[in-house]
Amino acid sequence: MARLNVNPTRMELRRLKDRLKTAERGHKLLKDKSDEMIRQFLILVKENKRLREEIEGEIAEALKSFSLASGEPLNVAQAIALPTLTAQITVGTKNVMGVDVPFMQTKRVGNIELPYALGAVPAELDDAILKLTSLADKLLHLAEVEKTCNMLSDEIEKNRRRVNALEYVMIPQLQETIKFIMMKLDENERASIVRLMKIKS
Amino acid sequence: MEKIGKFAVIGDSESVTAFTAIGAAVFKANDEYQAADILRKLAKTDEYAVILVTENYAVKMEQLMQKLKKQPYPAVLCIPSSTGSNGFGMAGIKRDVEKAVGVDIIFND
Repeated sequence: MARLNVNPTRMELRRLKDRLKTAERGHKLLKDKSDEMIRQFLILVKENKRLREEIEGEIAEALKSFSLASGEPLNVAQAIALPTLTAQITVGTKNVMGVDVPFMQTKRVGNIELPYALGAVPAELDDAILKLTSLADKLLHLAEVEKTCNMLSDEIEKNRRRVNALEYVMIPQLQETIKFIMMKLDENERASIVRLMKIKS
Repeated sequence: MEKIGKFAVIGDSESVTAFTAIGAAVFKANDEYQAADILRKLAKTDEYAVILVTENYAVKMEQLMQKLKKQPYPAVLCIPSSTGSNGFGMAGIKRDVEKAVGVDIIFND
């Protein structure tokens, strides 16, 4: 491992020792952060997977019954053009291990009822719409969880690079340089002692 | 930072029309280029908190989706289209796990 290009002086030695201490401390902290992030990430990603499996099945079903219903597209489009309920999403950010992740709260405005005359459209539409309505909250939750997973995994990767850089580059370099300076200083000291002894004799 | 966000859906008209019924803003796209344009525009306005994209288009504009992943909002989510799921959404989770842990420890059952 290459050592740093510094002058072998006492002052430099002290400075490097301080840096080594900081680097080691930082390495430990980052490593702990990485462990905790991975733990949280695994919990989230399991939930993410479960939710997604659930939702994919349900959406596919709802859309299937919807496309069955929309044989007469004009009628259907008219029937659902004015929904009785809208979702209001209050958005904010939450801090998970130093990563800003989205945090949403949904509020339903309006009530769950079918916004059309029952006689005008096929019965499959009722089914599709009720299913989708019940899915909406879950979808938003999934959006939140999935985004959190995305951002956490990015952050974990970045953090791992930092940990590795400290562990395998920075700290060995510093240690090597410190050792080099100490050797050099000791050598100088021995040289001067020998010189003194020679002069005396 | 609290504000009210909206909820948008992008996709082929067959898959997305149904979402008007639950109060989402629906944007119909005929192909993936149009969908990408719409997504880019919506992401810029900062008005929508959640954007759903049907998987058949999401597959073809992966780069854009990756770019949007880096900021907290909007949360872009892919949903199966009316023809069913092609597994793109699941692949996304798998990729995340691989990125974070190094190996896939969730799906190898």
